[in-house]
Amino acid sequence: MNVFGFRTLLVKEIRRFWKVLVQTVLSPVVTAVLYLAVFGHVLGERMQVFPGVSYTAFIIPGLIMMSVIQNAFANTSSSLIQSKMMGNLVFLLMAPLSAWELFGAYVLAGILRGVLIGTVLYGFGWLVVPLPLHSWAAVLAMTVLAGGALAVLGLIAGILAEKFDHLAAFQNFFIMPASFLSGVFYSIHTLPEFWRGLSHYNPFFYMIDGFRWGFFGVGDATIAASLLWTGGFFALCSAIALWMLQTGYRLRP
Amino acid sequence: MPVTSDAISIEGVRKTYGTLKALDGVEFSIRRGEFFGLLGPNGAGKSTLIGIIAGLVRMDAGRVAVLGHDNRREYRAARRALGVVPQELVFDPFFSVRECLRIQAGYYGCGREYWPWIERLLDELDLASKAGATIRQLSGGMKRRVLIAQALVHKPPVVILDEPTAGVDVELRRTLWRFARKLHAEGTTVVLTTHYLEEAEELCQRIAILDRGRLKALEGTGQILARHPFRFLRLTLDGDFRLPPGLEPCVVSRLNGSLELKLKREEQPIGEVLESVRGAGFRIVDVRTREPTLEDVFLELTGERA
Repeated sequence: MNVFGFRTLLVKEIRRFWKVLVQTVLSPVVTAVLYLAVFGHVLGERMQVFPGVSYTAFIIPGLIMMSVIQNAFANTSSSLIQSKMMGNLVFLLMAPLSAWELFGAYVLAGILRGVLIGTVLYGFGWLVVPLPLHSWAAVLAMTVLAGGALAVLGLIAGILAEKFDHLAAFQNFFIMPASFLSGVFYSIHTLPEFWRGLSHYNPFFYMIDGFRWGFFGVGDATIAASLLWTGGFFALCSAIALWMLQTGYRLRP
Repeated sequence: MPVTSDAISIEGVRKTYGTLKALDGVEFSIRRGEFFGLLGPNGAGKSTLIGIIAGLVRMDAGRVAVLGHDNRREYRAARRALGVVPQELVFDPFFSVRECLRIQAGYYGCGREYWPWIERLLDELDLASKAGATIRQLSGGMKRRVLIAQALVHKPPVVILDEPTAGVDVELRRTLWRFARKLHAEGTTVVLTTHYLEEAEELCQRIAILDRGRLKALEGTGQILARHPFRFLRLTLDGDFRLPPGLEPCVVSRLNGSLELKLKREEQPIGEVLESVRGAGFRIVDVRTREPTLEDVFLELTGERA
């Protein structure tokens, strides 16, 4: 195994987003804080989703997870499409790195960006409403699994996209709505029956619900279901991405 | 490392894009320590072949080995043995020149112990003063030097230079030639593709000519030139007459009263040609002959301009 090569790529990917921290970390944090300010202020006093949990407290984990998954996706997908468009991906493809090493470094960097944003947001959230912490392990597991799944999805999208426009379409018409409409601002119990039933097949719902369970110990689904669905989605996306990297699909014509 | 005398061996390589046969059973070897030229007109398959050797393009059939390492089964060893300078000016916009070189070395498992070598490369390629600048800020020529340094960071014993002098000024071209010669003198196998045929003639010991995905010629540079059955005769003539009918098809160019004839070495002795021109009424003002260049051979073999 080329451990040093893997580490180099990982550090490079981290430094890549670190160099443009305003865009990669600060911006998503500000966006999430604005959501919190608007929704928390407008609905904070009027709604209560779980007994004993204020609406503002309810949406904070949802907003954190939404930011984690959106940014984990953005990290891998934007890095890959930029390398493809600039042409500098050849340096990586010519290097003695295996599919697993490429996969691991990209995905880990994506997870780390998500974790960094999640941590900063948790800090902000703490200033507004100190959240209870039912299970650190669940919070951590859901962050890693959901961030990982979306980082891998970003890798797949980056491999498939031929221009920035393709990626923007995928991000705006799939990732954004899917992360937005999967229970960040509401419990699925408030949805009509059809949509509630459909939500049980939506991995994004489990990512948000499981993460929220880690704080409050209650959720729309069980933590086991959330872990299984998110982990399963992660595994499925990983299998596809690894197949792409191993065969050189769209990367090595 | 397997015992082999070949730096790169290419066996029956085929590649098709849709209906286009980019490479059609290409087979040859590049010896260790050789300065090797890979020539061909646009669309001949050079870039595809280099891509296949470097692992950037998947071949449909065949086998490629670098220093005896199969570039699919033993891709790590094959890639470690190879440095490729790509044709396009590609770069990572996020990092400085020095950072890019260190990152590239890292991909090959080369850490801090390679940093002095990186500094030497920066010096030798006149990049030291720009080491802290991002590559985006550099001129085209400087970017080209960075690409060369990037290909060499892991000290590969085999280096492929894919059109390294395309679009660079004369001074940089000379610098790159000097550098390539030095690399070769130090024992590196150098494979050069170029559109400047005098460059290949000057630098390469052996030359392969690809055309439409097939190998047209593979010989020593001297042999390939000697094999050419023609030579050229430039005449400056006085008089408004017609050339003898047998010579008219031999004219390859006319310029300001002089013309160049392409003559068959064995069948058209120069003395006889001059006699026939005089016999047609011309006064011969000046006579010059020249031996074929690689470009002439190239045109002969491919029917195209490089």
